[in-house]
Amino acid sequence: MLVLDNVSKTFNPGTVNSKTALDRLSLHVLPGDFITIIGSNGAGKSTLFNAVCGEFYPDSGTVTLDGRDITWLPMHKRAAAIGHLFQDPMRGTAPGMTIEENLALASGRGGWFGTISRQDREFFRERLAELDMGLEDRMKQPVGLLSGGQRQALTLLMATVNPPKLLLLDEHTAALDPATAEKVTELTERIVKESNLTCLMVTHNMQAALDMGSRTIMMDAGRIIYDTSGEERKRLTVADLMDLFRARTGAALDNDRMLLR
Amino acid sequence: MFISWGIIQSAVELGLIYSMVALALFLSYSMLNVCDLSTDGCYTLGCSVGSMVALTGHPVLALLAAIGSGICSGFVTAFLQTRMKIESLLAGIIVNTGLYTINIMILGKATVSLNDAPTVFTWMKKVLAGTPLADCYKLVVALCFVILTVLFLVLFLRTRLGLSIRATGNNKDMVRSSSLNPTTMITIGLCCSNAITALGGCLIGEYNKTCDINMGTGMVTIALASLIIGETIFGKKTVPWRAVGVVIGAVIYRIVVAVALRLNMPATALKLVSAVIVAVAISYPTVVRALALQNRRLSTRGISLYRILQAAFAALTVLFILLSVFTSGSRPLMILLALLCAVFLILMITADRKERRDSHAGA
Repeated sequence: MLVLDNVSKTFNPGTVNSKTALDRLSLHVLPGDFITIIGSNGAGKSTLFNAVCGEFYPDSGTVTLDGRDITWLPMHKRAAAIGHLFQDPMRGTAPGMTIEENLALASGRGGWFGTISRQDREFFRERLAELDMGLEDRMKQPVGLLSGGQRQALTLLMATVNPPKLLLLDEHTAALDPATAEKVTELTERIVKESNLTCLMVTHNMQAALDMGSRTIMMDAGRIIYDTSGEERKRLTVADLMDLFRARTGAALDNDRMLLR
Repeated sequence: MFISWGIIQSAVELGLIYSMVALALFLSYSMLNVCDLSTDGCYTLGCSVGSMVALTGHPVLALLAAIGSGICSGFVTAFLQTRMKIESLLAGIIVNTGLYTINIMILGKATVSLNDAPTVFTWMKKVLAGTPLADCYKLVVALCFVILTVLFLVLFLRTRLGLSIRATGNNKDMVRSSSLNPTTMITIGLCCSNAITALGGCLIGEYNKTCDINMGTGMVTIALASLIIGETIFGKKTVPWRAVGVVIGAVIYRIVVAVALRLNMPATALKLVSAVIVAVAISYPTVVRALALQNRRLSTRGISLYRILQAAFAALTVLFILLSVFTSGSRPLMILLALLCAVFLILMITADRKERRDSHAGA
């Protein structure tokens, strides 16, 4: 499905700020995998996502998606196959445009000169109703009026309205209050299951990292230091994860947003 | 009579034609969020290209040629700011500077007269001769073009391409993640807006029967002033509503200009007025916020800042009116200053009212 082969990226090379964000990282994602990613600050979790979605081109190594080498493909051309959600709920939607206009752009229905048809509206209404946030009755309202949680749910819908090959979730519930975060997490799990999406999720919630998905990887200093799935993963506890991290890096897992619950 | 029907009519005609430039900025500035400073040069480019074609006896072909030249100019501006990563303001200024030479080359001299050439206006005059509309043939032409432009913009902005352009001005990240290329969107948007600007320039040339190399100077500020007047009066609701507001804003601007000229204000003062309108309108929200904050701070000491400012502006208004009556030399300037102070006074009164209403609602 997604294969990263020896991908490296150094920011500001040759300066005092030089930072190796990815260090010969290799990762093989199987179709239908739901991988949760944990790691300390600056471990390279977001950089990994940015390498996959094309925010920058890697210094070395290749990125392959579904058998196609996408290492040098510009970001907007990958976007059809890759959905990407960020921590900032403002990033995925156009605030000055209405909900239906945002959805129309994301769904890409009709030609360049097509307009939003009645069928499109009906389709959007059904999909919005599934979010259970009352957004289906506010389709003509600008997205800027929605709350962070509503915007993030809408972004999730926009990213998955055409099921992507790969869904990247970069702490997409971190900026939401606990109740809303739980709701968006629930939605995420449901949508991923319904469309049978392959999904990578960065999280700061250790328990969620173990509860959600089918595989967990731990990152440090631009490398994957631990990769677990199946029976072994089922037996893991948060305390085990902390111990594993300390054993492999010689330091305590340190993340300023971390939830240990 | 102080203001005759003739003056109003020509102000409306001019306002309608100038509103094409304001509509172009509506697309680039309000929708695409790019301040296109090549507007001045592009407007003159449309006029020069159109005039040279019109002089060969093809006034309609002139309009098409102007549109084509506008598209080229918009493409260069877009290319510089997207592919070459030149700051969008700088890209506009660079293109504007280059266009001056190009326009001189096209015209061959600084001013070209279209007195003997057929134009769309003379053509309409012939068509309407003998009908009740014969007297306002210019108005009919201007109105037709403005309606066509507004229709084009409204329909275009509803399509998926139009939505993509609006989203590019709103949130580039979102456009990219919808697998659309912002570079393409900016290019298409600027080509369209510059085509409309050049068409406006060509129409003004055919209307005034002259094309001058300096006719575009300050056009971007004037068009922005019209745009802001329209958006202030009509609000920022739906796209069709806003587009109509822009046209009416441009017409209002021209009527104000006509009145000012009747008051013997020198024509050269108009650029200063439009500069002040744009600067005040764009900084207005910031100033209002700062004033509200200071007012709240001072009100704890029992001082109302709004009251003080109201008194000050009222006094200044009276002072300038008196000066304009008793001095002879700089009367237009005094009238201008009195008007400005009166506007500020009204703004202070509305801000004070709003503050009181809000604090009541809060309590």
